[in-house]
Amino acid sequence: MSQILHVIINGTSKEIPIEPDELLLDVLRREGYKGVKRGCKEGTCGTCTILLNDKAVKSCILLAAQAKNCSIITIEGIGTRDNPHPIQQAFVDEGVVQCGFCIPGMILSAKNLLDNNPNPTKDEVKMALDGNLCRCTGYSGQIKAVLAAAPVMRGEK
Amino acid sequence: MTEKIYEGRVVTKSVPKKDALSLAMGKPMYTDDKDFQNLVHVKMLYSPHAHAIIQDLDTSEAEKLPGVLGVLTYKNSSQVLHTSAGQGFPEPSPYDTRLFNKKVKYVGDRVAAVAAETLKNAEAALKLIQVKYEILEPIFDHDQALGNDIVIHDEGDSKYIIPVFYDPKKNHASHIDAEVGDLEKGFTEADFIIEKTVRNHYGQHCPLEPHISIAYIDNYDRLVVRTATQVPFHARRILAQILEIPLSQIRVIKPRIGGGFGTKQEILTEPIVASFAWLLKRPVKFEFTRKEEFISARTRHPMTTWFKAGVKKDGTITAMDMKVTSNTGAFGSHALTVLSNTGSKTLPLYHCQNIRFVGDTVYTNLPVGGAYRGYGGTQASLAMEIVMDDLATEIGMDPANFRLMNHIKAGESSPIFKALGEGIEGVAQTVDSVGLTECINQGAEAIDWWNREKIKEKNSTDTVKRGFGLVCIMQGSSIPDIDMAAGYCKMNEDGTFNLLVGATDIGTGSDTILAQIFAEGLSLDASDVIVLSSDTDTTPFDKGAYASSTTYLTGQACVNLAIKVKDQLFDYTAMVLNVPKDELKIEAKAVIHQKSGKQMTFAEIGTKSYYSDYQTQIGAVASELSKKSPPPFTAHYAEIDVDIETGRVTVLKYVAAVDCGTPINPKLVVGQVEGALVNGLCYALSEQYIFNDKGKMMNPSFGNYKIMTTIDLPEIETIIVPTFEPSGPWGAKSIAEVNISGPMPVLSNAIFDATGVRITEPPYTPDRVLKAIQNHNK
Repeated sequence: MSQILHVIINGTSKEIPIEPDELLLDVLRREGYKGVKRGCKEGTCGTCTILLNDKAVKSCILLAAQAKNCSIITIEGIGTRDNPHPIQQAFVDEGVVQCGFCIPGMILSAKNLLDNNPNPTKDEVKMALDGNLCRCTGYSGQIKAVLAAAPVMRGEK
Repeated sequence: MTEKIYEGRVVTKSVPKKDALSLAMGKPMYTDDKDFQNLVHVKMLYSPHAHAIIQDLDTSEAEKLPGVLGVLTYKNSSQVLHTSAGQGFPEPSPYDTRLFNKKVKYVGDRVAAVAAETLKNAEAALKLIQVKYEILEPIFDHDQALGNDIVIHDEGDSKYIIPVFYDPKKNHASHIDAEVGDLEKGFTEADFIIEKTVRNHYGQHCPLEPHISIAYIDNYDRLVVRTATQVPFHARRILAQILEIPLSQIRVIKPRIGGGFGTKQEILTEPIVASFAWLLKRPVKFEFTRKEEFISARTRHPMTTWFKAGVKKDGTITAMDMKVTSNTGAFGSHALTVLSNTGSKTLPLYHCQNIRFVGDTVYTNLPVGGAYRGYGGTQASLAMEIVMDDLATEIGMDPANFRLMNHIKAGESSPIFKALGEGIEGVAQTVDSVGLTECINQGAEAIDWWNREKIKEKNSTDTVKRGFGLVCIMQGSSIPDIDMAAGYCKMNEDGTFNLLVGATDIGTGSDTILAQIFAEGLSLDASDVIVLSSDTDTTPFDKGAYASSTTYLTGQACVNLAIKVKDQLFDYTAMVLNVPKDELKIEAKAVIHQKSGKQMTFAEIGTKSYYSDYQTQIGAVASELSKKSPPPFTAHYAEIDVDIETGRVTVLKYVAAVDCGTPINPKLVVGQVEGALVNGLCYALSEQYIFNDKGKMMNPSFGNYKIMTTIDLPEIETIIVPTFEPSGPWGAKSIAEVNISGPMPVLSNAIFDATGVRITEPPYTPDRVLKAIQNHNK
């Protein structure tokens, strides 16, 4: 490995040896963040979505080196079994996790939206999830789940 | 319609899907989420030619490259003739391929596989493989393939292992004809006859997780394959066949799967990793890229369907005649059975006694067809539902009333059930649960069908025309008399149960559904049932996730299991409490003897049966072979706008009203309905394979093969119309497939309603719609 990447992942500071041409997706998976999925490796499916400095990005079209000194949030960093993130809980409650492969990316895109826009319209939710493909559910339930999570995150429920 | 509706304690409730939270937390649950030391990586070299003979293949330079561990080609790999279709045995698909063939038959056919220390090594090695091809003239048009001078499978040894028609020298992969009643008489009696030819297109399943398999050798020197498959038991059998090693030496494990929809029924990546692992004695991984998924996995069989039907003025359908030419591409995977299902999943839907079905599947030099949700029903429904609309229009009857009058009713049968089975004769059956009348009526209300002329008038402009469409669709539930499913359960000392099933949850939620069905029989909660599925070493056999069979067939096996266990619980309690067995009942996780007031909780039974009294393992194995294939039904309605200047079709509202018998888990039912219909909508509106003149797919990416995202969605309303299927577990039928087949015909009907232009060749992209409008106006 030819260089060291300093990065903060889910709040923990890390020094990760990387190759200069390695994709951020591949490095994250190698480091054990398996919730970051590989569905197309060309920036079109959204299953590799992470939050990079609080912005939803596709980690398959970023070099790992581009994340230097950045803060990364992966799906592993937002909730636990005893205390799931409200969006995770809403996805479970609405019954909209089918094969589940798109779900981590979709939840992080939703988090990115709700962190910045706590009371979105349905159309705003649709726009926020536009980059996350799902072949199982038909999306409607997931949009509903994000709308259901919003008041919980606002502390109203 | 059946009167009885089942309201359950655990079934009919939307209990949380067992794996939902873990998946939402991103737990490492899929094939590739487990790390292996010394993992070997595989890359595949594919044919750039649609039809060619490999004259010379030199892998020596590739093998010399540092990091390269091996190269497999037709020269040094298994030469066992087989089918990749992943079906039960004996397979109803032709044995027409080897792991690698000397003759390549489509752009995307396998030429060589490289195993290397890293993906980069493997990719570099691919470039060093020298292949000299003798390029042959290809054939792409399936309507021209039959008996063409160009012969695709001319090796002379391909064959079926069941006694069915097969003539590869004429590119003829399968043929079916069936006739019931008196067709000629039927057409003579008709006042009007409509005939239409429709053509559906190539489509791909697009599971978000591509095909992936990892194989390794365990500490007993057995081959373990961890793989994204819908059919672990068939995979084990076919691996034993291809590798020529004993079946007992192979274990197939299915972890969580990132979607299947039929494409992961195919045995594609497994034999490659298994071959290398067996050779190298190291763990080996092969994962398709998205591009490989498009060009080298499986597709929906494109078909040309000619359909003719006759009707009397009073709405009686007098005759139906269907002729299908199906394109199976380079290999005959599911060639016969998808073909037979085009007839068997459509023709029984409407009353008619005089029916003919003639089908041919042909080879071409294009990508390979395979199992795809809908399985022929999708293709033939396009023809069926367009013609039904045209018949109704011809006699001046509302399409909804025409369907209400003609659809099959509870207690009725169709001669087609017997005439058309899985490529062979089928099984006669009456349909005992039909909620289609309610589906049509409730759907009509939801879309405001009876006021549609007013709505159209109000909302249409000079350039944008409003239209409404309706279709009815049926499917089946399992393959009767062929497929078997089994479960095994054991009681734990705390009164919970382990449920082990071969059934394959590919994201559908079947682990949860089966836990609910089992729990219902023992008055447990679904959370008391710990499910382990799909491991050929530890779970009993199941045919796998296909043919809309898991809820219905494996579900019934789980009902049988609960019955057996209940009997054991009564036997045990009667012994321990010294009371008559026939006076016992189960209530609130206890076996109760009301007369004496004595009882044993499940936890007491569990503990005592393990440690103190009449010690024994309470548990059972049970299986099910279905006797029939009760169809689920659905009525789909669409409200659309067509811009006649641009050809753009906008779906405004979509209603699906479905009868799946008892909805075991209503939220999961809605997920199956909407997932399928959105998949069907994308297929109807935008998905397509664009080929160049050499047979190469030019758009193998999500950027250029357009599936819907959230912003493309219309308003969707799903209505569940519960019925009770007497042969199903707690009255359930299937739901997985039926809803994918509605969008393609319903949008054709709605476009016709809006514009008067009948489009019979989807996808309904703006350019195609505009062209059809312009042609119509000429």
